[in-house]
Amino acid sequence: MAKKEMIAMLLAGGQGSRLGVLTADVAKPAVSFGGKYRIIDFPLSNCINSGVDTVGVLTQYQPLRLNSHIGIGMSWDLDRNSGGVTVLPPYESTDNTDWYTGTANAIYQNIRFIESYDPEYVLILSGDHIYKMDYESMLDFHKRNKSDATIAVMPVPLEEASRFGIMIANEDHQITEFEEKPEHPRSNLASMGIYIFTWSVLKEALLALKDQPGCDFGKHIIPYCHSKDQRLFAYEFNGYWKDVGTLGSYWEANMELVDLVPEFNLYEEYWKIYTKSNNIEPQYIAPEARVDRSIIGEGTEIFGEVDHSVIGTGVSIGKGTVIRDSIIMKECRIGDGVTIDHSIIGEYSKIGDNTHIGVGEYAESQYDPKVYAFDLVTIGEHSVIPANVSIGKNVAISGETVRSDYPDGNLPSGGYIIKAGDEA
Amino acid sequence: MKALGIILAGGNNSKMQELSKKRAIAAMPVAGNFRCIDFALSNMTNSRIQKVAVLTQYNARSLNEHLNSSKWWDFGRKQGGLFLLTPTLTEDNSWWYRGTADAMYQNIIWLKRSHEPYVIISGGDCIYKMDFNKLLEYHMAKNADITVVCKEVDPHVDISRFGVIRMNEDSRITEFEEKPMVAQSNTISAGIYVIRRRQLIEMLERCAEEGRNDFVTDILIRYKNMKRIYGFKITDYWANISTAESYYKANMDFLDVDVRNYFFKQEPKIYSKVDDLAPAKYNTGADVHNSLISSGCIVNGKVENSLLFKKVFVGKNCVIKNSIILNDVYIGDNTHIENCIVESRGTLNANTYYSGGDGIKIVVEDNERYVL
Repeated sequence: MAKKEMIAMLLAGGQGSRLGVLTADVAKPAVSFGGKYRIIDFPLSNCINSGVDTVGVLTQYQPLRLNSHIGIGMSWDLDRNSGGVTVLPPYESTDNTDWYTGTANAIYQNIRFIESYDPEYVLILSGDHIYKMDYESMLDFHKRNKSDATIAVMPVPLEEASRFGIMIANEDHQITEFEEKPEHPRSNLASMGIYIFTWSVLKEALLALKDQPGCDFGKHIIPYCHSKDQRLFAYEFNGYWKDVGTLGSYWEANMELVDLVPEFNLYEEYWKIYTKSNNIEPQYIAPEARVDRSIIGEGTEIFGEVDHSVIGTGVSIGKGTVIRDSIIMKECRIGDGVTIDHSIIGEYSKIGDNTHIGVGEYAESQYDPKVYAFDLVTIGEHSVIPANVSIGKNVAISGETVRSDYPDGNLPSGGYIIKAGDEA
Repeated sequence: MKALGIILAGGNNSKMQELSKKRAIAAMPVAGNFRCIDFALSNMTNSRIQKVAVLTQYNARSLNEHLNSSKWWDFGRKQGGLFLLTPTLTEDNSWWYRGTADAMYQNIIWLKRSHEPYVIISGGDCIYKMDFNKLLEYHMAKNADITVVCKEVDPHVDISRFGVIRMNEDSRITEFEEKPMVAQSNTISAGIYVIRRRQLIEMLERCAEEGRNDFVTDILIRYKNMKRIYGFKITDYWANISTAESYYKANMDFLDVDVRNYFFKQEPKIYSKVDDLAPAKYNTGADVHNSLISSGCIVNGKVENSLLFKKVFVGKNCVIKNSIILNDVYIGDNTHIENCIVESRGTLNANTYYSGGDGIKIVVEDNERYVL
């Protein structure tokens, strides 16, 4: 096989459990974002835009949607004669058959894939961030500094720094120390989970730590490299970068796209974001419809009112329906006379006529107050909500619900109905 | 599938006015995200025709750009594929295509080297959906030499720009008049034909010997009594684009829910080149009613009974009514556009007024655009 200077390994096997019912049936990188995209489109588009044409995508949790989305990589121009995209699921072998037990373990189990391209450098990416980044200039930085491992970092407000892995670097950007979620951070440079390794260095570390349970880049590989006095550098990134790991940050990142001039601009010719497009026909806005401060995907038909919302592709929104501050993912059918407020509705869901979602006063979630802590009604994909019911705030619903699931036609704030996913 | 596909996409029509300056009719943008030729190409791929030739001649740059990869229509397979056949200089021929028959004759090698028994010929300027398998079945059942797809139009429609057909009770064509002054019937040819490949080769060679060049006048009309030529009537939506008015009307038809559902919601789908544009964005001040909005648009003003094609920017306080705004048009603030077709990539200054009055005005504006 032709030698590649750098190949990318994209970690896409995580569940993203803090997205609650949104990831009941799909891996987090396959969750919709910004109307027509999925989260994984951002790192994949960054790869092809940076000239990285060989990408291994490591899958594990609920990979169906991810597999069908990626296909042979045609949407990202990653259908190549040499290289391109390869989906790498865990596999059985004569000894040591194992799931991917950690981020670095997943790479360890695919050393043969990497070696087949004989790369000088390996780029490690994760599939849960929204950003545009030129990996080529990060590689230039890596080469210029004769680095063994380069970690992309981003300055964060000091008071938030204790949520991240923090790098402490000298004026030459060389990393001298690092701290995982420190109580009293000594720097504001947070690791973005993006690494470039000189392959020989990473390979040596992976082999040395092969018996480490749950072998992880942040917890094991980087400390190991540091202990071996390898040259670690921090590559500072100052563009837009958003972790969409929680329902709150996911909602916020979507809503930022609606701003008059969004900080993260999808309308520029430069650095396009690619995705698999099934719908291509234009959207239809009916005579009685009203649309304000929103973005709307292809093929959607709007007969009602949409205000400050992100609507996916192929959605239909009925007459007299009002949607506010919400995210409606692709192919949802929203009936007539519905109101939806502060909600995230998963793909292919159906909402019956005259149903009201997000009414009343806020109440803490009875299902999982840590996950559902952002006053958002969250409805998993392929859910069905019957007609004429009233649903409170901060509710979680997943699965095909029927009228009898709603005593007196009501689901109070903080309540939940889970009929699909792990607990079905 | 037992047929080859040929799409005649070389044509131009002066009645398209300024719109045909930039491109052949087959490359005209239609219904927001599509081009005219997408319909014929999608019908062919959906009918499992694997080998398709597109004959181009008139200003093909835009068309070639659209057809830059055959993968959008699922051609580009190991068997068959999409063939762009343009006129070329050869040792014994230096002519442009002198007509539709001549265009096929100049590529007769392509026909001879194929092995499919039948050929489906379609214009690239028609908006329709069709399963060619059904057409072929009909053709075989009638034991026809040529089958012509035809459509009955409302009596008030001006059909002087079409071929007009009369058939007997067995659907055999008895009269065929090209663009008659006074029509004898209201059945018109849809510009879609089936013919056996060997029969086509024979007829094209004979035509060439006699110095004849046009498929309709020199084959269909000339042979109508000698050969078994049948009509296959369709009742579904079919529109042909050859004038600015027909172009305007065909686009406006997509504001009708039935037309939209027929083309977009019912399988099989119509495919087009994918552009990877962001979802359409509506800012404060957007006021959109009964309109089709394509991806990449940013709307700050009022849009009513109109089609915005891809990447259109509508400034603040604009009013756009009963108009078609083609791809990548920038419309400055406070501009009023009514009954217009705005040519693609135009930049319309702020505070201007365009109106087609009772007709349709074609707006071509190439002002300087300042992009931040």
